[in-house]
Amino acid sequence: MNLALKDIRHGLFRFVLTCFGLGLLMTVVLAMIGIYNGLVADALAVVEAPAADVWVVEAGTKGPFAEASSIPADSRDTVARMPGVAEAGAINYQTVEAPFLDRTLRLYVVGYEPGRPGGPQIIAEGRGIGTSHFELVADRKTGLLVGDTILLGRSRFTVVGLVEGAMNSGGDPAVYMTLADAMALQTELAPADQRVQAARGAGAVKSASVAAVIVRITPGADVDLLTATLRQWKHLAALSQIEQENILLASVVDKARRQIGLFLGILLAVSAVVIALIIYTMTMEKLKQIATLKLIGAPDRTIIGLIVQQSLILGTAGWGIGLTLILLVKDVFPRRVVLEPFNVAVLAGIIVVVCLAASGLGVRAAMKVDPATALGG
Amino acid sequence: MAIGDILVDVQAVAKHYGDGETRVDALRQVDLQVRAGEVIALLGPSGSGKTTLLNIIGCILDPSSGRVVLDGDPVYDGKWLRSDLRRLRLDKIGFIFQAHNLLPFLTAAENVSLVLDLAGWAPEKGKERAKELLDYLEVGHRAPVKPALLSGGEAQRVAIARALANRPRIILADEPTAALDSKRAQLVMDLLRKLASEQEACILTVTHDEKIFDRFDRLIHLRDGRLTDD
Repeated sequence: MNLALKDIRHGLFRFVLTCFGLGLLMTVVLAMIGIYNGLVADALAVVEAPAADVWVVEAGTKGPFAEASSIPADSRDTVARMPGVAEAGAINYQTVEAPFLDRTLRLYVVGYEPGRPGGPQIIAEGRGIGTSHFELVADRKTGLLVGDTILLGRSRFTVVGLVEGAMNSGGDPAVYMTLADAMALQTELAPADQRVQAARGAGAVKSASVAAVIVRITPGADVDLLTATLRQWKHLAALSQIEQENILLASVVDKARRQIGLFLGILLAVSAVVIALIIYTMTMEKLKQIATLKLIGAPDRTIIGLIVQQSLILGTAGWGIGLTLILLVKDVFPRRVVLEPFNVAVLAGIIVVVCLAASGLGVRAAMKVDPATALGG
Repeated sequence: MAIGDILVDVQAVAKHYGDGETRVDALRQVDLQVRAGEVIALLGPSGSGKTTLLNIIGCILDPSSGRVVLDGDPVYDGKWLRSDLRRLRLDKIGFIFQAHNLLPFLTAAENVSLVLDLAGWAPEKGKERAKELLDYLEVGHRAPVKPALLSGGEAQRVAIARALANRPRIILADEPTAALDSKRAQLVMDLLRKLASEQEACILTVTHDEKIFDRFDRLIHLRDGRLTDD
C-alpha cells in the first residue's frame, strides 16, 4: 500500500495547487536560466555568424563589437593576399531604426560582400542577396517577410530571404545587405546636407572605411602566426575567433550576464527555501498520523517513504509544470530564451537534492515524534 | 495459549520524571497480571498514572525500573530486551484510541488492512481479513468510505477492527467510549468482551465512563501511582 500516493489522492486539489505554485516558481527559474543563456547566445551569435577564423580590426581597438573600429575598405585585398588566408571579406555593422507598417523596427544592419565571408550561412526562407543594391536578408524576428519592402535611410529595400538567430548582443535582429548599400546607409547625407556640402566644395559621400575584415584561413594554417603577422602592421589589429568571443562575453555583456547570473542564484536559493518550507509544513501537518503509524507498528522505512516520496513527487511535478509552461511561453519573450537540455537536467538535479534535503528535515521531525502522542486523543 | 494464560505481567514497575526536588513519581512499584479473556478497567483520577501504565505495557514509554512480560515474552527488565519494539507492538498489541485516530487518507478497509500490510500479510489475504472484521463489527458496508464520512460509532468500530486485525493478544484502549453515547458505549464494550473471549485476548481499558463499569471483569484503581484496589 503506497501511503504517499493515498495521501496525495486524499488532498488532491490542495496538492495540485501546491504543485502548480511550485511549477510557477520553476517557470521563473527556468525563464531566468533561458534569459541568461539567451543573452550569451545572442552576444555570440553575431560573432559566430560569419564563421570567421580571424577578425582584422582597427589598431588599438577591440572592435568591431566591444569598440568602434574603422579600417580602410581596401584592407581586405591586402589581407586576402597574405599566406594562409583562404578568403577574406570586408564587413560593416550599424544599428538603425526604421518605420515599417505601423511600428518602428530596430535593426542591426550587417553589410557584407556577397560571395565573401560575412554573410548569412543558412537561408531559412527565400534566397540570398543576388543583386548589388537594395536587397536584404532579414532575421525572422524582425517580423519582415519575403517580398516586404522597407525604407532604410533614403533607399527602399526588398526582403529576398530570411534567416534565423541573427542578432546583436542587445538582441536587435539583424538584416544583411551588400557592403556598398550598408556604407551608403551609414554615410549618405540628406539632400539638404548634400547641397550644403556641395556648396562648401566638400565631397558628398565618403565611404572608404569598413568595420572589420573577416578572414577564413586555409586548412593547416596557423591562426596565431597570422594574427601575429597582421599585428605587425601599425594600422591594423587582429583577433582570433576565440579572442573575439571572449571580448564579447568579458566586456559587452559581462555586467548583464553577471546581473542575471546573480539574480538566478538568489532565485534558486529562494526556490530551495520555498520547497523546503512546503515539504516541512506538509510533514508537520501529518505528525499525529505519523505517531499513529508508529504506534501501530509501522517501521521507519514506511514513514520515511511517505515523506520522501511525497516531496519527490511534489518536486518532480513542480519541475514538469515549470518546464511545460516555459516551453509554451518562451517564444513570447522579446529576447531569446535558450533552454539547453543540460540546464533542465541540472535544475531537475537541484530540485531532487533540495527535496531530499527538505525531506531530511521532515524525516528528522517525524522520527522524533513520540508514538504516545497518538494516544492522547 | 488459552483462556487463563497470563498475557500481561507487570512486576514492581516504577516510573518517575525528574530528580531531587522536581521528582514526580508517576508509578510506584506496580504489580499487575492480566489473563487471556479478561477485560479490565484502569480507573483513577487524572494524574494517577493510568496512561503511564498503559504506555509502559504498550512499549512506548520506558519504565524507571521493574519487569514487564508480555504474552510470556520478557520485554523489559531494567532495560528493553528487544530492539524491535514496533514489531512487538505490531504482533502482540492492539491499540484503541479515545479519538479513533484512523488515517484520514485511507478508507475504512484500508485502515484495517494497513496493519496487515505492515505485518507482511499478502495484500489479498489482508483485504479478506479486513472485510471479515468489518463485517463482523457490522461496518462492512462502510468499507470503501473515508473516516471523515463515518459516524463516531462507525469510526470507533473501524478502529477496533484495526486494533484486532493482526490478532494481537493484548488490546490496550484509552477511553474507547468517551466519544460515544451510552448505548453505543455499551455496545462497543460488549463487542470487546466478545472478541476477547473469541481471540483469547485480554483487554486493558483506561476509562472514566461509569456506565460501562459492569462490562469489566476487574476494576483496577490507581491513585498517586499506586494500585489501590483490584
